[in-house]
Amino acid sequence: MTAGNTWPASGDLVLPHYPAVAGAHPPLDSPAYKSSVLRAPKQPLVPLPQRLTEITGPLLGAERVTAADADLTAGHPGEPLGERIIVTGRVLDSDGRPVPDTLIEVWQANASGRYAHGVDDHPAPLDPNFDGAGRCLTDSLGRYRFVTIKPGAYPWRNHHNAWRPAHIHFSLFGRAFTQRLITQMYFPADPLFPLDPIFNSIPDRDARTRLIAAFDIEQTEPHWALGYSWDVVLRGRSATVFETEEGE
Amino acid sequence: MTLGITPSQTVGPFLAIGLPWPDGPFVVPPGTPGVMVISGQVLDGNGTPVPDALVETWQADPDSRFDHPDDPRGAAAPAVAGFRAFGRSATDPDGNYQISTLRPGALPCQDGRIEAPHLDVSVFARGLLDRVVTRIYFPADEANAADPVLAAIEDPDRRATLIAVAHPERPESEFRFDIRLQGDRETVFFDV
Repeated sequence: MTAGNTWPASGDLVLPHYPAVAGAHPPLDSPAYKSSVLRAPKQPLVPLPQRLTEITGPLLGAERVTAADADLTAGHPGEPLGERIIVTGRVLDSDGRPVPDTLIEVWQANASGRYAHGVDDHPAPLDPNFDGAGRCLTDSLGRYRFVTIKPGAYPWRNHHNAWRPAHIHFSLFGRAFTQRLITQMYFPADPLFPLDPIFNSIPDRDARTRLIAAFDIEQTEPHWALGYSWDVVLRGRSATVFETEEGE
Repeated sequence: MTLGITPSQTVGPFLAIGLPWPDGPFVVPPGTPGVMVISGQVLDGNGTPVPDALVETWQADPDSRFDHPDDPRGAAAPAVAGFRAFGRSATDPDGNYQISTLRPGALPCQDGRIEAPHLDVSVFARGLLDRVVTRIYFPADEANAADPVLAAIEDPDRRATLIAVAHPERPESEFRFDIRLQGDRETVFFDV
């Protein structure tokens, strides 16, 4: 057995815990979303106590991103078509603490509602100046900022005349396996909200609303781009003290 | 202050635009001594391969350590150069994923028990509104018998879904771990 295989012998040990929030996430079994029918597990989930593997996680650093990665409108010979926007906000935990230096990855459709992906057969134009992928690290205060194009709504085959509200996919790590989150950011006042089974898979109305960015005149840059603000809140962290036998 | 947490949404069918990394499947650089390959298929309730899934793994290093400040034993720089502890593989058109890594060490628990070597796994896919979480354990590891997570699963057939299968000719370096989202042999998924 290696030295790493033993629990520290003395002193009070503090192991963070990331309490789950009941009902915060959509149920896996959401039959209105047709793709879930054959993919959502049917067996009840088994409780997994949070131990070392769960309270740690990848702290992916600056080596994975360049400053240019946060500008989805750059990197091509020309400017992409569409409405240029700034999407910015903070990554926090549920106790309001910023999550600094954490990797955010985004991907999205172009302004016409078409993804630069071979499987997307929506008959809307591809944009040779837009790939739709970006990434950045939050700063020391948990802030992030992307420059991109407002994505278009697009049709899908879930039901008759189904259209997805415009959205940007966001992937976040936080600092622990328990905090990993992939979600979608939506835009204010989208008329497709009441019709979308993915958005409405979240049972709680207030929770759904947390996926909608706010138009933000403060982040809007004159004669250049509209600004949207959107904060992401990851599961919070409570420290639990375990006393060792020697400490008793 | 308590803020409401941001709900999960599905990755949808086009995660390949934003998530795969060229080095994602390589938890250690190719050619690292002791490297092993874990591969398998992600399958739906009909046994049909899922070609638009992403499998992520997180694990201790071979010395049972994490390079992470919240580990009460202290952050430990990787015992092997280039070891990232994190793996990421999108599935191919046949639903296959593959990770190259090192066998993790066993882990201590506060109560004195030992967790057998394992990888925590997140699976994302179109049709999954939230990730599903499972674990990969290794066959013929004597620590499995006392592992508290395996012990909590009473049905031996269910427990067996968490144990990788060794390649008959390369039992130390190649393992298969299929992930069945539904069906008779549905993989055990965890609420973490």
